[in-house]
Amino acid sequence: MAAIDINNVHKVYAGGVTAVSDVQLQIADGEFIVLVGPSGCGKSTLLRMVAGLETISEGEVKIGSRVVNETEPADRDIAMVFQNYALYPHMTVYNNLAYGLKNRGTPKAEIEARVAEAARMLEITQFLDRRPKQLSGGQRQRVAMGRAIVRKPAAFLFDEPLSNLDAKLRVSMRGEIKRLQRRLGTTSIYVTHDQLEAMTLADRLVVLNGGRVEQIGAPLEVYHAPASTFVASFIGSPAMNLMQGELHGDRLAIGPAILGLNGFAPISGPVTVGIRAEDLRLARVEEEAMPFRLDYVEELGSQRLVHGSVGDQTLTAAVPAETELVSEMRLAINPRRLHFFAPETGKRIASAAPAAAASVSVAQPVA
Amino acid sequence: MTYTTSPSGAGRLLPWLGGGRRVRSARARETATEMKRVQFSSPVLPYLFLFPQLAVIFVFFYWPSVQAIQSSFYLEDPFGFGSTFVGLSNYADAVFSPEYQSIALFTAVFTALVTLFSLSIGLLLAVKADKVIRGSSAYKTLLISVYAIAAPVAGLIGMMLFDQHIGPFVEMASWFGWNMRVGLSYFDTAFAMIVVAVWKQVPYNFIFFLSGLQNVPMSVREAATIDCRSGFRRFWTVVLPLLAPTAFFLLIINVTYSLFDTFGLIDVMVKDKPANNPITLVYKVYNDGFRGNDIGGSSAQSVILMIVVFALTVIQFRLIERRIHYT
Amino acid sequence: MHRTNLSDHLVLIFGSLFLFLPVIVAFMTSTHTAADIHSNGIAITPGGHFFETYEKVLTQKGGFTGEITGARMVMNSLILGVGFAAGKIVLSMMAAYAIVYFRFPMATLAFWVIFTTLLLPLEVRIMPSYQVMSSLGLLNSYTGLIVPLLASATGTFYFRQFFKSVPEELLEAARMDGAGPFKFFFDILVPLSRTMIAAIFIIMFVYGWNQYLWPMLMTTDEKFFTLMRGIKSILQVWIGSQIPDYNEAFALAVLAMVPPLLIVVIFQRWFIKGLTESDK
Repeated sequence: MAAIDINNVHKVYAGGVTAVSDVQLQIADGEFIVLVGPSGCGKSTLLRMVAGLETISEGEVKIGSRVVNETEPADRDIAMVFQNYALYPHMTVYNNLAYGLKNRGTPKAEIEARVAEAARMLEITQFLDRRPKQLSGGQRQRVAMGRAIVRKPAAFLFDEPLSNLDAKLRVSMRGEIKRLQRRLGTTSIYVTHDQLEAMTLADRLVVLNGGRVEQIGAPLEVYHAPASTFVASFIGSPAMNLMQGELHGDRLAIGPAILGLNGFAPISGPVTVGIRAEDLRLARVEEEAMPFRLDYVEELGSQRLVHGSVGDQTLTAAVPAETELVSEMRLAINPRRLHFFAPETGKRIASAAPAAAASVSVAQPVA
Repeated sequence: MTYTTSPSGAGRLLPWLGGGRRVRSARARETATEMKRVQFSSPVLPYLFLFPQLAVIFVFFYWPSVQAIQSSFYLEDPFGFGSTFVGLSNYADAVFSPEYQSIALFTAVFTALVTLFSLSIGLLLAVKADKVIRGSSAYKTLLISVYAIAAPVAGLIGMMLFDQHIGPFVEMASWFGWNMRVGLSYFDTAFAMIVVAVWKQVPYNFIFFLSGLQNVPMSVREAATIDCRSGFRRFWTVVLPLLAPTAFFLLIINVTYSLFDTFGLIDVMVKDKPANNPITLVYKVYNDGFRGNDIGGSSAQSVILMIVVFALTVIQFRLIERRIHYT
Repeated sequence: MHRTNLSDHLVLIFGSLFLFLPVIVAFMTSTHTAADIHSNGIAITPGGHFFETYEKVLTQKGGFTGEITGARMVMNSLILGVGFAAGKIVLSMMAAYAIVYFRFPMATLAFWVIFTTLLLPLEVRIMPSYQVMSSLGLLNSYTGLIVPLLASATGTFYFRQFFKSVPEELLEAARMDGAGPFKFFFDILVPLSRTMIAAIFIIMFVYGWNQYLWPMLMTTDEKFFTLMRGIKSILQVWIGSQIPDYNEAFALAVLAMVPPLLIVVIFQRWFIKGLTESDK
C-alpha cells in the first residue's frame, strides 16, 4: 500500500497530439480516486501512465516514495483490472490468478494460499478449474479482480471495469468493488465515463476534460460546487441547466425573468447561470419566478422531469410526482442554489454571499 | 457450420491457396506503423525473431529474382562459356515472336474462360448451398473436397477422362459427332484443359462465395425480403453487391490461378509434348529455360510475367480501396 | 426463411457429381486390371483388384533406376508436406511476432521486405531459383525441397493478422504479471494460436504435398521423388507402350490425392476458417 504522486504529468503523442497536460494529483494511501470524463479526455491515458503502459512525456509519477517513470509495469507493484478483463483464455481461473505470482517466483504454497483467499473473498472458489469462456460476465469480472487481489499490490488500477456488464450487474459489482477496496484498504485509481459510478465509488473525483483536470474533490463537493460549466454539465443527472443571464446589481435577468438575489450577486454583467433541476420548484403566487413553458415530461416515478423553456432557453426541472402539469408554469429557486460561471471561460465565479446568508431563508426576503 | 469472414472487404479474405503469393489484399498495404499500442522494445530480440524468415527470403527470393532480372539482359552461351550483354533484345525476341504472341493469346483466352466459368459455377453452387438446409453439409463436403487435389493429379484424371481409348468424355463427344482427339488436336486439348482447370478451381470459389453469402447479415436479407418480392431481383440488387468484395478478390485469385497454378495440369495434359498443344506463358518460361536452355529469353519472359503480376496487384489495391467497401 | 425447392437440390447434386465423380471414378478404375480398363473404358464399379494393384504400386520398385517404390514416394510427399507446414509455422510465427509486438527501427522495412514476396510467384522465378539451388549444392535433398518454398510471406501475413486481433489488454495484463517477451510468446501467444496453427498447418500441408514444379526440378535422384513427381515419370514411361498401366496410374493418382482430401474433409472447419478468415 502506498500513496501515489502524479506531478505535472504530460502526455504528448508522436504526432504532436497532447492527450494529458499538466496533471497534478496527490493520492493518499488507501484512497479511492476516480478519474472521470468523456471519452478522449485523457483519463485512460493518465491511468496507463501510472501503470507503465504508456510512457510519460513530462513530469513524474511516484508510487510510495519511488519515482517509477522508467520502471517496467511488472515492477511497479500495481495491479490492473481491464475493461474487457483480459483474462488468459487458455488458462483456468486458478492459473489466471496464479500466473503473475508464478512469474515472480512466489513459492507454490503461498500461491495456493493467496489464490484460495482471493477466490473465497470473491466467491469464485467453485470456478477455479474452469476457463474464462465457461464463466458469465460477472464471474469473469470477479476473476479479473481476483487477479489483481492475489498480487497484494500497492495500488489497484481499474480501467472502466464495469462497462461490459449489464446495468443491474453493474450496480451490484459497483457495491462489491467499493466494499472490497474498503476491506483491503488498497490505494485505487478507477477510470470511468459514468458519472454515477464516479459519484458512488470515489473518495475523491478527478474530472478531466481535454487532457486537463477540471476539478478535484469529494463527490458532493464537486456536485454542489462545480468548478466549471463543463463539470456542472458532466456531473449529475439530469445535467445542470446552464443559461445565459445578466446581473445588474442585485438582480438577475434570464430572458424574460428577473430574479432578486438577496445579496448573492458576485459580479455584474453577463453571466452563465447554472441551475440544478432539483433546485427548481413551483413558485407561489407572490414569489418572484421564471415563466416556464412546458414542452414535454419524463416520468421517473418518484418525481417527474419537466422539460421546457424560459424565453428562448431550455430548462429542465425536477418536480414532485404529484405536481399538476400545465403548459405555462412559474418556477422559483433559492438564490443560494444558483451557480455562476464566467461566460467566456466557463469558470465558476465564487459566490459573493456572506457565510451568514446561507441560513437566510429565501422565501422570506430580508428587507 | 459458421463462417467468420468479415464481409467488409476482399482485403480481409486471406488468399491462402498460393502458399506463396497472391496476397494482394488491402491489408498488405497497411504499413507496419499500425501496430499495438504497447510493444516490447529490445535491441536484439526482434532481429533474432526475424532472422530465419529474412534469411530464407533473401537467399531464395531476392537473390533469384534479381538474377532473373539481370540475366534477362544477357545472352548466355549455350555451353556455359560466359554471357554477353544484349540489352532489351531478349524482350524483343520474346514479344515479337509469333509463337510467343500466339501463346500469349491462348493464355489470355484460357485465363478468361477458366475465370469466368469457375467463378460462375462456384457462385451458383454457393447460392444454392446457402439456400438448402437439409443435406447442406453433405453437399459442402463434396464440393469442397476437390480443393485438395493437386494440379498434376487433376491433369492426370482429366487426361484419363479425355483419353482416346478409355475416356467417357471422348465417347460422349462422339455422340454429337465430335471426334475428340485430346493431345493431338490443339482445340480439343485446349477444351479439355479448360474443363479440368475449371473443375479444380470451383471448390475454392465455392468456399469463399459461401462464406461471403453467410456473412450477409440476416437483417439485411430480411429487410430486402420486405422491400422486394422477387427472389432473383433481391439477389441481384442486394446480395450480389454485398458479395462484390469477395467476387473481386476471387477474380484476381482466379486470374493468378489460371496464369500460374495450372502449370502442373498443363504439363501433365500435354504429355510432355508441348509441340502442337496449347500451353500458357508460364509453361513457356519453363520450357525455354529448362528444355531450350535459353536462359536469357526465359528470364525476360519471367520478368514480363512479374510485371503482369505486379500490375494485377496494383489494380487490386486500387479497386479495393476505391470502390468496394461498404463498412 | 427460405423455401428449398427441388431445382436447388438438382443444381447441387449435379454440381457435386461434376466435382466429385471423377474422384470416385479414379478410385474405382484403379481396382480393375489394365487390360480390363483398356477394353471397357473407365469404371464406376469396383473391380476386385484393389489389393493387387495397390500392393504393386506401393512396393514394386519402378522408375528409370528401379529404385523407387510408391511407399517411398508417399513418405517423401509426407516429409515435404509436414516439413513445409512445420517450417512455415515456425518461421512465420517468429517473424510476425517481431513485427507486431516489437518496436524497432527497421520494422517497416522488414515488413515490406517480407511482404514483397507476395508479389512474385515461384513459377516466374523458377529458373534462377534452380540456379541458386544448384550453386548451393542443394539439388536432390530434402532441404532443397522444403526450404526454398518457405521464402514467402503467406504464413507471416496470416499470423500477423491473427496477432493483431489478439486483445492488447492481454499483453498489458501479461506485462503486469511480469511476463517478458519470451514468456509472453510461449505462455500466452502460442497457446492462444493453437487453432490458428492447426488451420495453417492443414492448409500448408496440402500446399506442400501438392507441390509439383519445384520437386520436379529439384530432384533428379529418384530417392527423393514425391508422388507428384511420380505421376510425371509414370507418364513418361507410358508414352509408346501398347497397353498403358491405367490401373497403376489411377492408383498413384488416388494415393496422391487421398491424404490431402481426407485432411480437408476431416478438418473442414479449421480448413475453411484458415482459408477465409484473416482477422477476428
